[in-house]
Amino acid sequence: MNGPQDLGGMMGFGPVRPEVDEPVFHADWEKRALAITLASAALGEWNLDMGRHARESLPPHIYLSVSYYEIWTRALANMLAERGMVTPEEVAAARTLVPPVATKKPKADQFQVAAALSKGSPYDRPVDHPARFGIGERIVTKVMHPSTHTRLPRYARGKAGEIVAVHGAFVFPDSHAHGLGEQPHWCYGVKFSGRELWGAEADASLEVIVDCWEPYFQDRAA
Amino acid sequence: MRALETVLLAKGYVDPDALDLIVETYETKIGPRCGAQVVAKAWVDPAYKQRLLEDGTAAVAELSFSGRQGEHLKVVENTDQIHNLVVCTLCSCYPWPVLGLPPVWYKSAPYRSRAVMDPRGVLSDFGLALPKDKTIRVWDSTAEIRYLVLPQRPAGTKNWSEERLAELVTRDSMIGTGLPLAAGASQ
Repeated sequence: MNGPQDLGGMMGFGPVRPEVDEPVFHADWEKRALAITLASAALGEWNLDMGRHARESLPPHIYLSVSYYEIWTRALANMLAERGMVTPEEVAAARTLVPPVATKKPKADQFQVAAALSKGSPYDRPVDHPARFGIGERIVTKVMHPSTHTRLPRYARGKAGEIVAVHGAFVFPDSHAHGLGEQPHWCYGVKFSGRELWGAEADASLEVIVDCWEPYFQDRAA
Repeated sequence: MRALETVLLAKGYVDPDALDLIVETYETKIGPRCGAQVVAKAWVDPAYKQRLLEDGTAAVAELSFSGRQGEHLKVVENTDQIHNLVVCTLCSCYPWPVLGLPPVWYKSAPYRSRAVMDPRGVLSDFGLALPKDKTIRVWDSTAEIRYLVLPQRPAGTKNWSEERLAELVTRDSMIGTGLPLAAGASQ
């Protein structure tokens, strides 16, 4: 979706402000935000892409004005509410008002969480067909504006680029975010010149590499 | 925020010890010093560097770094001709097992909006000016591959130990918004 998350090429946000000796967390609530976000995800009620879609579905004026941890917690609260797991009334009252619902996976204890963090969750998947494109081939990305989740940023739509990496087949976010299954597709690193993306005035020394799934490409003839 | 945690705990969805372990892990155990060890090893060990560039995930696992947000790690090397810069324009994707949690600026609109369009402007916000003819290669982390920059080894560090070299490797030099410290800096 053309939501507030798709920031590449937007203007007017001012300079980047690096912070000297930045702490890992700036407040205790940020620690709690990280912890409940990761621990709640372990219940299996939503996947990575659904989580991302919940964040980008926040109203743009909210998304662009709150900190990233607040983006996380607002999206978390929305996902919990949609599934009847924690109602807005319960958050307002800070106590249980309706019984908990059964979740796909049980609550993880500290040992299971430690194992999950150190193991991670790979997103590559076997597929029964070879990659259609190889390194050095030229492709053109689709012009598309789905109202649903996608990982093809607006600035890289309808652009000509060169395949520079064949990463393997990966879970396809555009379906996975909407409960339509993993539908793995081949994923490639695609190199675009700065001028292809931004026009004749762009820095001639700029290259941008965007990781793209095969359905993001126009047909080879295009 | 506190209310949400309170209700999650009360309804039995999350375990208090698990929450504390998550915080402790990213506050004290996993951070940019992990990545610095990887870079320093690559600087002194050409065979390791080759493995690192070929399969980042497997090579950092040799140093026992692995896990969430590092399942598919690709290491990109700075050279005399190319400077690499990593961003996630769509969210906050970042190689946690080697760099820890991302800094606030990495997740913020100014960085995410400009890194792919005006990277030299972004680098100037970090006080970094690179030669005009040097290629700036920006990696937008739109899929599940996570990127780590292998910066160039500073001059004047011949015969330095890995431990000493690692002191020169800054977090920003592994994102591409900085360079390693100069050899004089840690003496």
